[in-house]
Amino acid sequence: MDEKSAKKEKIPRQPMPEQKPEVRKRNFEEVPLGYDEETAIREAQRCLQCKSPACVQGCPVSVDIPGFIKLIREREFTKAIRHIWERNSLPAVCGRVCPQEIQCEGMCILGKKDRPVAIGNLERFVADREREHGTGDLPPKQHPTGKRVAVVGSGPSGLTVAGDLILKGHDVTIFEAFHKPGGVLVYGIPEFRLPKEIVYSEVNFLERLGVRLECNVVVGRTVSLDELFEEGYDAIYIGVGAGLPRFLNIPGENLIGVYSANEYLTRANLMKAYLFPKYDTPIVRGRNVAVFGAGNVAMDAARTAMRLGAERVRIVYRRSRDEMPARAAEIHHAEEEGIEFHLLTAPKRFIGNESGRVTGVECLRMELGKPDESGRRRPVPVEGSEFELDCDLAVIAVGAAANPLLTQSTEGLEINERGYIVADPETGKTTKRGVWAGGDIVTGQATVILAMGAGRKASDSIHKYLTWGW
Amino acid sequence: MFEILKRHEMADGTVVMNEISAPKIAAKARPGQFVILKANETGERIPLTMADTDPKKGTITVIYQVVGKSTALFRGMQVGEKYQDVIGPLGQPTHLEKLGKVACVGGGTGIAVLHPITRALKEIGNYVYAVIGARTKDLLILEDKMKAASHELEVCTDDGTYGHHGFVTDVLRDLLERENIKLVVGIGPVPMMKFLCKLTAEYGVKTLVSLNPIMVDGTGMCGCCRVTVGGKTRFACVDGPEFDGHAVDFDELAKRLDAYKEEERMAYEKFMKERQAG
Ligand SMILES: Cc1cc2nc3c(=O)[nH]c(=O)nc-3n(C[C@H](O)[C@H](O)[C@H](O)COP(=O)(O)OP(=O)(O)OC[C@H]3O[C@@H](n4cnc5c(N)ncnc54)[C@H](O)[C@@H]3O)c2cc1C
Ligand SMILES: Cc1cc2nc3c(=O)[nH]c(=O)nc-3n(C[C@H](O)[C@H](O)[C@H](O)COP(=O)(O)OP(=O)(O)OC[C@H]3O[C@@H](n4cnc5c(N)ncnc54)[C@H](O)[C@@H]3O)c2cc1C
Ligand code: SF4
Ligand code: SF4
Ligand code: FES
Repeated sequence: MDEKSAKKEKIPRQPMPEQKPEVRKRNFEEVPLGYDEETAIREAQRCLQCKSPACVQGCPVSVDIPGFIKLIREREFTKAIRHIWERNSLPAVCGRVCPQEIQCEGMCILGKKDRPVAIGNLERFVADREREHGTGDLPPKQHPTGKRVAVVGSGPSGLTVAGDLILKGHDVTIFEAFHKPGGVLVYGIPEFRLPKEIVYSEVNFLERLGVRLECNVVVGRTVSLDELFEEGYDAIYIGVGAGLPRFLNIPGENLIGVYSANEYLTRANLMKAYLFPKYDTPIVRGRNVAVFGAGNVAMDAARTAMRLGAERVRIVYRRSRDEMPARAAEIHHAEEEGIEFHLLTAPKRFIGNESGRVTGVECLRMELGKPDESGRRRPVPVEGSEFELDCDLAVIAVGAAANPLLTQSTEGLEINERGYIVADPETGKTTKRGVWAGGDIVTGQATVILAMGAGRKASDSIHKYLTWGW
Repeated sequence: MFEILKRHEMADGTVVMNEISAPKIAAKARPGQFVILKANETGERIPLTMADTDPKKGTITVIYQVVGKSTALFRGMQVGEKYQDVIGPLGQPTHLEKLGKVACVGGGTGIAVLHPITRALKEIGNYVYAVIGARTKDLLILEDKMKAASHELEVCTDDGTYGHHGFVTDVLRDLLERENIKLVVGIGPVPMMKFLCKLTAEYGVKTLVSLNPIMVDGTGMCGCCRVTVGGKTRFACVDGPEFDGHAVDFDELAKRLDAYKEEERMAYEKFMKERQAG
């Protein structure tokens, strides 16, 4: 099948089969069901196999997109996944959570006139197929080098470093503070968007390659970086994520039923509070829910609240629709599930009852003023526009900041004025000898693929260091 | 790892001691720090202060009161069984200083938290008065250990079945009148700490309390443990658990501790029913 005939047929972008909104809004199962082989091949046929593909430039880790798509067309699914692995070790995750519309798909040439190739869906398809039907064969490993590397944090960036370096023959141990590995992929992003089984199977793959995983180790408390060097580690990668909740700093924020998104999602996902009382961790089940913010985190919180039985869930955001930072698919899914959007609205104070539970929030209407430093028009409050919104559960999802636990307890590690670790953007090297850092703890909360990209650069640099010196 | 090596019950079986194998934590822990324990796959993460540690043996000791489902589950665990997860040491260690005369006041299970701090304050050369109390004689714990950890020990019971008849705050008032106390460490139920701080404020004596808000991660990631201290929000798991008692908003803490009252009752009743059914 060549490009021309594909174009002539004008195959439309293949829709992703999904659970129906009325059904899925009350369960925690994954929303998109995945392509079958024929659909995937049909979608793959839409790709023009561009000679200088724009899509690849849109991908932060430069996956050879036409290359793997061509292999799908040829039904060479195993080859396709191996091809992706060369650049991206977590395609089942990225296919699901990358903001494709501003990355690979946003640049796809087809998007100019028609809808872009569904690159994310295809990536997910080959990764899922490999997990479910693949041989499970391990890639070849280089001879042991005798060098030991400690990876702190098991989010996407730490997992990438561990995977790269184990293949290069180094001895790798991951230290994770939580009782389960995966970082935000496990405690933040909900099951209905990224089944945890996928993350565990990726971690299991690394363990089969020989990576050691030690959970329940809070580096900076249980053991310090310097003690890890004393124990004989030759290099350390820090991928501890952002991990500090931002609050609104308005009155009433400590009322019961007001959560940070981190707490709300950790209870729901990692601790499985949605299965309470089978699982022991409880969670406030709001009937009338307000979520502040409009990023992926806010969408995840809102949709979780809906699944926990809410009658009404409102996203409250101080800017307008165009500025909402969430992935397009998440906004679309949230709307389909009946989440309401209250835009140009900002909270002023929470209102509670005698027992200290939240009952509402006073809000202000906003209008858009001049652009601010981010280039977005700054919302300014409309005077006298206060109004009250009832709620018995409020989730604050207005971003994260740098958790100081590790940086405060480590000497010689430079941080910037906002508390993030200073690292060379090309190599991930920090100011402390033998220590690299990357992912959200360097950039602030960004994306899975950027955290992985930083991990890849750092692992190249660590490998050089272990081979040649600092 | 995390095997229970020793176990015994105190205070009529309402309080349980576990000595747990956790070499990494034992090597690092200092007085005032805590751990988070999770019994099994479905369990919740429960913070408990280390009542003792033995770096040589690689063990930590926790003493907990059975108040709900998770602690009831812990009580059922026998020597040889393992906690699935133990994380720590967490929180700031107690800031220990040689000040002269100090008073360590404990109520209920708070005595277990107080004990290592009392011992450490004595070891660095303070003259330590200890005052411990319980509702009734049978519920009193660690009397011998507190006696050894202090220079003078006074015991109180609310019902007068043992020691001084009355509250620890009564005894503390006499002490504050009589002696030049430089620091009070008060650890116990929230109402006790609240009244104790009112009292020491009258005398202008610096007072440390150890707070026990509900927690999840214990690393400053979730904000669940936030408490208001001096009008500012602080995270007890990383900034505390000890704070200047005169600045703590105890009423807010008490309310937040009741956040899951209904769920806790339901989980506990279900657990006890299932346990009875075998
Ligand atoms: C709810 C939510 C939804 C998101 N949705 C998307 C999305 O759809 N698409 C997307 O691209 N991005 C999304 N993101 C952002 C993305 O998840 C992050 O950018 C990415 O996970 C960062 O990876 P990381 O490896 O730097 O850190 P993390 O994923 O944060 O992992 C860090 C790990 O380090 C551990 N750790 C922290 N401190 C210590 C310590 N002292 N010792 C040992 N271990 C420690 C943590 O427990 C954690 O497991 C979302 C984020 C959230 C919170
Ligand atoms: C830093 C710290 C140190 C502590 N040290 C000790 C100790 O040494 N000995 C001891 O007996 N108790 C200690 N506690 C309190 C202990 O954690 C709770 O009693 C325990 O979590 C109750 O769990 P449960 O399921 O049995 O009871 P539940 O039925 O869940 O709750 C009973 C009470 O425990 C509180 N609670 C529930 N879940 C949590 C949680 N995840 N974190 C904190 N409190 C919770 C509730 O507010 C409620 O008042 C400490 C708490 C903190 C924060
Ligand atoms: S990794 Fe993300 S950005 Fe790159 S091709 Fe895959 S889905 Fe697109
Ligand atoms: S830009 Fe679009 S059409 Fe061209 S190679 Fe990439 S995916 Fe295919
Ligand atoms: S328990 Fe999560 S921040 Fe303290």
